[in-house]
Amino acid sequence: MSQLRKSFFHSKVLPFTEWLFILPSLLLLALLALPILALLWRAGAAGMLLFLTQPGAVAALRLSLLTSSLSVLIAILTGTPLAFVLARRKFTGKTILELVIDLPIVLPPSVAGIALLIAFGRQGVFGSTLSSLGITLPFTTTAVILAQTFVSAPLFVRAARIGFAEIDHQIVEAAYVEGSNEWQLFRFLMFPLAGRAILSGAILAWTRAIGEFGATILFAGNLEGVTQTMPLAIYLGLERSLSIALALSTVLVFVSFLLLLVTRRLENHKDGSSS
Amino acid sequence: MKHFISILLLLILVLSACNGANTNSEPRTLTVYAAASLTEAFTEIGDAFEASHPDVTVAFNFGGSQNLRTQIEQGAPVDVFASANAKEMDALVAQNMVPSGERKVFLTNQLIVILPEENPAGVASLEDLGKPGLKLVLAAEEVPAGRYAREILEKLNAMFGAEYRDKVLANVVSNEDNIRQAVTKVQLGEADASIVYVSDAVAVPELQKIQIPAEMNVVAEYPIARLGGSSNPDLANAFIEYVLSPDGQATLKKWGFTPVVP
Repeated sequence: MSQLRKSFFHSKVLPFTEWLFILPSLLLLALLALPILALLWRAGAAGMLLFLTQPGAVAALRLSLLTSSLSVLIAILTGTPLAFVLARRKFTGKTILELVIDLPIVLPPSVAGIALLIAFGRQGVFGSTLSSLGITLPFTTTAVILAQTFVSAPLFVRAARIGFAEIDHQIVEAAYVEGSNEWQLFRFLMFPLAGRAILSGAILAWTRAIGEFGATILFAGNLEGVTQTMPLAIYLGLERSLSIALALSTVLVFVSFLLLLVTRRLENHKDGSSS
Repeated sequence: MKHFISILLLLILVLSACNGANTNSEPRTLTVYAAASLTEAFTEIGDAFEASHPDVTVAFNFGGSQNLRTQIEQGAPVDVFASANAKEMDALVAQNMVPSGERKVFLTNQLIVILPEENPAGVASLEDLGKPGLKLVLAAEEVPAGRYAREILEKLNAMFGAEYRDKVLANVVSNEDNIRQAVTKVQLGEADASIVYVSDAVAVPELQKIQIPAEMNVVAEYPIARLGGSSNPDLANAFIEYVLSPDGQATLKKWGFTPVVP
């Protein structure tokens, strides 16, 4: 492997076959990186200052961090058991159930927003049941969290399920034979072994929740400090001026990048300690 | 195989010749960016325009006027822009993207209060909009309709007393990015009331309405113009002409707008 790497970087003229890999990669990299670079270039350092002076911008950032953290927490607390059951048990209708769980990943956010509104809105299918309990969801921060969980938790469940399923069956059987119950199996064997998959699933879900826009604006509306998260503030900012939208976007790019960086560090750290 | 290819080439040649002989001009697409409130009226106008110009397809992009303006500034290939307010159009004129003198006001619009069919909050008058606990959605301040609604509340403030405006604004549960979103939330019964364009209310007949007196209302002027960068200037002009024609204005009137050409 190391020899291969050496030849890749040290040979003066790359053979034709190498370019077969490099050229398409460069194209995709350009598409992924150039828009972000252009955004940062246009916004500049002045953009960050503009962000701080924008009314509501800091409130939007705080709300985004709060709601996305709670969403990912809900995803972990309810999604881990679900993924565990899906990985451990066989039952009729399991395939259908897994498809239903995966569906929000591929649905456009606007469909998610309408579905949430039709289900849990005041006039929705379950609206009268909720209001008899004194709960009204639309236009509340809870609605933001529900919208984010709806679109991001499936990513977590999927990652955790694959993590659990990849564990060597023989190890699990051995533990079972030695008298471990389901909880011990989960706590001492499968959760530690699937830890990385669970962590990366959580990161994916978290960043998806931070970026959630369509379902939020449809189900929760847009009110500063209550339901106006960063993506909504950016969209509304665009209606005031491009520079405001740029400033807000830059900050969101930095925040997302930092989150990814920190969690990547955590992942690597975990790797090092376990090996 | 050779035979097959030559037949194929011949076929393509004949077909393309037919195509040229059948239609005098190539099919063309006219791209129109129009304010969200124009959705129904312009769709109908577009159909009529296509009927009288068989080789033309009218492609619409309906959205918030500010968003459309940004897209045009960023180089969207647009032939005609119809804005819900002067500000966005004037910005394009100032940047020479719309030739000066091209801009024409083609309709006016006023605002109205809408309530869901069942009117769960029991709103009976403009004054009721200040009732505590009412769920009011408005268009965001950044959107023309949102600005107009706040201007109207300011005027009503003088009539109903000093705290009216503040009480109404305290009831706002959402500032929608698009006036149609506000209409939908009232239509679904999720919100108790909204202040929208008369034309929006006409588009959803089952809504309950409360008129806003003319002296308290706002007259929104919609400008339309051909873009300087239009690749179909003749078609663009013909479309604008049609919008200002008696037929076009009648369609606009049908959808709740006030025509400028009587």
